[in-house]
Amino acid sequence: MTYSLAELCICAAAEAFRDDGEYMVTSIGLVPRLAASLAKSTFEPGLMMTEGEAYLVSEPVPVGPRGDYKPKIEGLMTYERVFDIISKGLRHAMVTPVQLDRFGQMNISIVGDYDKPKTALLGCRGYPGNTISNANSMFIPNHDTRTFVAGEVDMVGGIGYNSERWPAGIKPPFLDLRRIVSNLCVMDFSGPDNAICVVSLHPGVTFEQVQESTGFELAKLDDLAMTPAPTEEQLAVLTTLDPHNLRATIFKGNPAGVPGGT
Amino acid sequence: MIDKTTTIEEIAAQIESGMTLGIGGWGGRRKPMAFIRELLKTDVKDLTVLSYGGPDVGMLAAAGKIKKLVFGFVSMDLVPLEGHFRQARQAGTIKVVEVDEGMFQLGLKAAASRLPFLPTRVGFASDVLTTNPEIKTIRSPYDDGEEFVAMPALKPDISVCHVNQADIQGNSRISGPDPFFDEWFSRAADKAYLTTEEIVTTDAFNDPMTALQMPIERNLIHGVALAKCGAHPTSCGPAYGMDVVHLQKYNATAKEGWQGYVDEFVNDKNLAAYIEHVGGVATVAALPLPVF
Repeated sequence: MTYSLAELCICAAAEAFRDDGEYMVTSIGLVPRLAASLAKSTFEPGLMMTEGEAYLVSEPVPVGPRGDYKPKIEGLMTYERVFDIISKGLRHAMVTPVQLDRFGQMNISIVGDYDKPKTALLGCRGYPGNTISNANSMFIPNHDTRTFVAGEVDMVGGIGYNSERWPAGIKPPFLDLRRIVSNLCVMDFSGPDNAICVVSLHPGVTFEQVQESTGFELAKLDDLAMTPAPTEEQLAVLTTLDPHNLRATIFKGNPAGVPGGT
Repeated sequence: MIDKTTTIEEIAAQIESGMTLGIGGWGGRRKPMAFIRELLKTDVKDLTVLSYGGPDVGMLAAAGKIKKLVFGFVSMDLVPLEGHFRQARQAGTIKVVEVDEGMFQLGLKAAASRLPFLPTRVGFASDVLTTNPEIKTIRSPYDDGEEFVAMPALKPDISVCHVNQADIQGNSRISGPDPFFDEWFSRAADKAYLTTEEIVTTDAFNDPMTALQMPIERNLIHGVALAKCGAHPTSCGPAYGMDVVHLQKYNATAKEGWQGYVDEFVNDKNLAAYIEHVGGVATVAALPLPVF
């Protein structure tokens, strides 16, 4: 069975939502969206999702042009209610920050000096609230030292396991960073003092390669596994969730999941 | 009967230099753009702008009208990065108060309740607090003793929101799926104005399901101005979607200079002439609703 790197990442990212029950998933970007949709379609049917705007839907909405497909509405989730559910904590967000540091702190605001940035992006959006209130995972398409930065990110929007920033040095009670999927590996925050820890390598990738591509020291499991290949069922579900094969555009040239494979 | 009818030109004339202006909508959606274009024609400057920002912020920044921006993001959704905002931000020409999106609504809700702040955990451990030292913290007076961020009230002198329908008394209906924070902008402001796709008789609201789409109390509203297609080039669901081609063209002028855009779409054009220039009401009405 052949599969692409994109499909491998989607399936690995879907695992972030395992055991989330009836959490609402907010998934920003194609891989997070397909990952959450795949999780809901297979092992976590209770997840709550929206059609991307304001309605909760009872089945994941296929990505891309919808043709005759109509979202199957099961409720309303306006932005005001999003902030309420964030405060309550019944939510898991998966996002793609521009920078991520060893504490799991995330930035989508600016690159460079805060007052006169080299590059202005979006602003911190809901990152401070998301990260202090509910579970967060990340998908990083380009695992390199520009993204996984040395030191701290340029603007800490998403908060992390950096005790120097915590009020009175006490961990915020609901801080809960879960899983990072990159184009090279899968990581979590199970290292010493919640350090980022490599838990599986994608086929053909070495730990040394991951470490060289990261601006800080990584922990790793003793028995480092290979990221599980997508199952035939998962690949079949993905063709339904992504009928236009937009996932082929996630990585340049749509590389195979197993290097040298097709 | 109360008659609050006004015009977008008259609302723009209410704005004075140095004021705090709240702008409804969200990113590329249901922004009172017809009012913004009228404001661009004035010599108002040094505004403090409160917005879930889109091209409203970008245009006011490009025109040099913003002294301080209170924001969580500036984006046009389907065109994610707002070029004019980026340019102003990178040049350091506007002072920014960058807060979390949820903190922003708390600031509006504090102002709406005539409170100086509302407590939250949001902001702790992030650079929202380090870059905004004026945002203070407060300790819970109860047994938990926890420290909280005291999100200060965000109080517009004037707020302007765009709705689908309104009557001359200020009753209004937002028929898209998300009212965003327009009710909170309206409650927080000293004076709240509405621009509207159509002015209807009060009878048009005499329906229980319609009433569920009416989050803004009329006693908040100081004026109602007709602005057919007034959110263009942002969306106004379910009536019309974003004009993505227009937004891209506008965005490109961040690099090449935007005087040409102002000359073509703003100067010497009232709303009717503007809408005619972008293809007419039928063309705007045919813009597909965004799919996210």
